[in-house]
Order: sequence, then structure tokens, then C-alpha cells
Amino acid sequence: MMTAYEKLLAARAQDRPTARAYIEGMFTERTELHGDRKYADDAAIIGGIGELDGKPVTFIGIERGRDLQERIRCNFGCPMPEGYRKALRLMKQAEKFHRPIVCFVDTSGAYCGEEAEERGQGQAIADNLMQMMGMETPIITIVIGEGGSGGALGLSVANRIYMLENAVYSVISPEGCASILWEDASKAADAAECLKITADDMKRFGVAEDVIIENFDAFDVMCEDLKKRLLSDIQEMERFSGKELSEQRYARFRKLGVYQEI
Amino acid sequence: MNNIVGMFRKSRNVLESGGITPEVEEKIRCPICKAIDTKRSVAKNKMVCPVCGHHYRISARTRIKTVCDKGSFQEIPMHLQTENPLHFPGYANKIESARLASGQEEGVICGTATIRQQPCAIFVMDPQFMMGSMGSVVGEKITRLFEYATEHDLPVVGFTASGGARMQEGVLSLMQMAKTSGAVHFHSQKGGLYITVLTDPTTGGVTASFAMLGDIILSEPNALIGFAGRRVIEQTTKKKLPDDFQRAEFLQDCGFVDAIVSRTELRATLERLLKQHRKGAGV
Repeated sequence: MMTAYEKLLAARAQDRPTARAYIEGMFTERTELHGDRKYADDAAIIGGIGELDGKPVTFIGIERGRDLQERIRCNFGCPMPEGYRKALRLMKQAEKFHRPIVCFVDTSGAYCGEEAEERGQGQAIADNLMQMMGMETPIITIVIGEGGSGGALGLSVANRIYMLENAVYSVISPEGCASILWEDASKAADAAECLKITADDMKRFGVAEDVIIENFDAFDVMCEDLKKRLLSDIQEMERFSGKELSEQRYARFRKLGVYQEI
Repeated sequence: MNNIVGMFRKSRNVLESGGITPEVEEKIRCPICKAIDTKRSVAKNKMVCPVCGHHYRISARTRIKTVCDKGSFQEIPMHLQTENPLHFPGYANKIESARLASGQEEGVICGTATIRQQPCAIFVMDPQFMMGSMGSVVGEKITRLFEYATEHDLPVVGFTASGGARMQEGVLSLMQMAKTSGAVHFHSQKGGLYITVLTDPTTGGVTASFAMLGDIILSEPNALIGFAGRRVIEQTTKKKLPDDFQRAEFLQDCGFVDAIVSRTELRATLERLLKQHRKGAGV
């Protein structure tokens, strides 16, 4: 059994497949689309149109980059506000043309920097949360690595969320949590345990529908299985109207949270 | 206004109770301009420094008194109690001391009120309760308020003050961002007006959800508003940030705040906006 911290390290491992690998492994006839039409193109969020067994689908993914050069260009998978706005543009486009949306989440968090604040990182994520809730088309999110806080949530308002077995989801990085709690970032392993960040935790909380077994040695088989799962989900969801899908999505998030009624 | 003044009065002074020596009135020193004034006169000015206009942080209850018509606020009872779903170390104690420090059960108060006769649903976050952080109860209360407002065709006026999502409830706190944003969406879909008033400080997960989703976003002067914390940004970028960074005025310059309104002018502004959005006002 791996500890939460070991899983976090596995999720961050540099040789782990990034969003682009899944997109290339599952979608054919791809056209990558760039830019938010407002400010810039953020390389940390990739997106476009592709086909799953002949069915057009919009794909969006947070990309960490595969080598150092790419990582620098992708800002190590930390999106800028224009990344979230680009994602939203592609989602709106998908909705218009009745295409399902598949999102791949893998980020330590939305970029923390001066320019990100000036261009409204908070507003960009907020807008995604609200607009995604209203989207009248199926949305499926797969957390393939790190689900870092609001930056991950900005692509997670989905009808179904899957977690890879070593993927994690957290409100704050365990390092950040440890430095707030114990003023010692090196206690991240303890914090990871306390924060309950594993895929199994997500399933237990109702944040994720299911956990997907990793099989990176046979990545093409894994992609094929994942594709089948997506297609059957999409088929199930397309029985509902767009409005129903939006309401189901809200109902899904509506029940998240733990409190006592007195 | 008498009620506010009352809140800052420790006790009746000796003179009032028939004593001989008049008690020295409690003084307050503005942390910005250093002007010394009586607590009473600052309170009368809605806890805004009469000399330099510095807006003191105030509790949710005090906020309600500065904004709503006297006696109009009706809290919507929701009977929700905070749990410790992750068994997070020290959380139960933190909640207990926050309750004692603030006199509140949780970090937000929700209800209905009138503002100069204009009815609205209102939520007010309390910076004194674990820095207004959002856990399951705060998210649920705000969500229910929006659902109530949607059902009763009421505009929502929301005062945000928060350090962000509450770490101690882990990812469940994070999910409150999606839940509340969804509630805002369905309120908006029905044509409901939502005005946010950002107060010091509004940061993190609250900025990245319902705080930034108002049809109209107002802010108190000089309020700290941002997504990432200043220290985190300075550590990440190894750059010293300018003093006005993430202040309301900066956010307005960047295009994310509609207007900066002083606490002393806020009732008039809200009245005007609420009136202009009354059903049928444009017909």
C-alpha cells in the first residue's frame, strides 16, 4: 500500500504520461486549437477537436510538458488566466456543436504570479466553474496526475470525474499545508496524510465516480480501455437533454460537503 | 445606528450610573493615519476613520447593522453544524475558539433584509471566524441562500471576506467553490441580480468562485483582493511586489471591480442599484 505522500510523488513523477500522451493515445483526426481570443495562447492548457471511434469530441488538458524545454513553455503545467479562458472558449464551442467535452487535469495549481493576478486568475477560474455548471453537453474529467486546488477545479465541473489510481486531488499542496500548520514544509508527508488526497479518498467523498488502474507499461491498452469507458459514458449521457445534463451536474456537486443538520 | 455604538461600549460609565468622576471615553488610534478618536465617533462613522477614511475590519453582525434597515434583517435558520470529516488534527479546537472569538457558529450569516426599503437576500462573511474561510457549512449556507433567493425572486447582496477555502476540510472545501458557483448560475439564469461587495480580505477560493461572479462587483476602498497570497507570489517569482498590489484600486484598474464604494456611501449605492433592477423597472 502506498502512502498518500508516495502517491503524490508518483503523480508528480517526470516520466509519468502527460495530457498530450492521453490525447494522442485516444483521439484520432485531431485539430489542436489555440488561444483565448482575448489575450494570448497559454501552452499550459491544450485543447482541440478529435474523434473517439469516429465521434467528434472536444478535448482539453493541462499539459506539464514532456521535456525541460516543453516544461518551461508550459509553465510546468500551471495555467494562466488565459488558459482557463481558452478552455472555456473551447467548451462553449463544443456546446454549440453538441460535442461532448473530455478534460485531463494535471497541475500543481493555477499559476501564482503578478501577471496572473493582473489578468484575473480568480475571475477566470470562477467563470469556468459557473459556466461549466450550465454547459448543456456532457463533460467528463480525468485527473491523470496532480489535482492542485482551484487550478484543477477550473476544469473539473464535470458530470463524471475519474481519478487514476495514483492521482491526487487537494485543496492546498501538502507542502503549503505543512508550512501553514507546522511552519515546516518538510512535513509535507504528514500533511498529505491529513488532507486525504488519494483517488480512493475522492471516491469515498463522492468527488470522483471511479478509480482507474494505471498500466503505463501497456499505455496503448490503458488508452483503449479508457476510450471505451468514455464512449459508453457519453452514450449514456446523450440520452439526456442538455438542460438535464446541466442539472445533473449541479446535483452532483450540490451534495458534496460534510456537516451535521441539527 | 445606536446599536452599533452600543456594541463598542464596554459599560455604562460612572457618571451615568451616578458616580462622581466621569470615565475617560475609550479611544481608538487609526492604524493608517494614526489619528486618535473616540471609539464612539468612529463607530458612528460605520467604523471608517473620520480623518483618513480607513475602513476597519468589522464582524458580520456589525456589517449587517451598517447596511440593512434597522430591524429588517431576518436570519434564515439553517441549523448546520460543522463536522471534522477528515479528523484533521486540531480542527475541532480551532472551530471552538473561532466560535468563542466571534460569537458566531460559522463564517457566514445569511438572511433577508431591506436596504432603504429595497428587499434582498443577503450573506455576510465574517473575517473574525477563522478568517472567513469556506468549509462545507459556509458553502452550504451560501448555496441555500441563493436557492432561497431563486425561489423567492430576490436579488442577492453578498459581502465577501475570506482567506479562501478551509484547508482543514480538504477537498470538500474546494468543492464548495463549484457548488456555490452553480447556485449563482441558476439564480442568474432566472434573471436574479447578484451584487458582490468585496471587503478586506477577499482571497483564494472565494475570489475564484462566488466573489467574482456578481453581475455587479463593488469593493470597499483599499480591500485586499486576490487569488494567490502575496507571500506565495513573492516566493514564486522572487520579486518584491508593489504596495498597492491586490488592493481594490489595483483590481479596478485591471478591470475586475466595477466600483469602489465607501462604507458610508454603500447604502445609497445599493439602494439605487436594487431599485434599478426591480422587476419591471426597465419597462
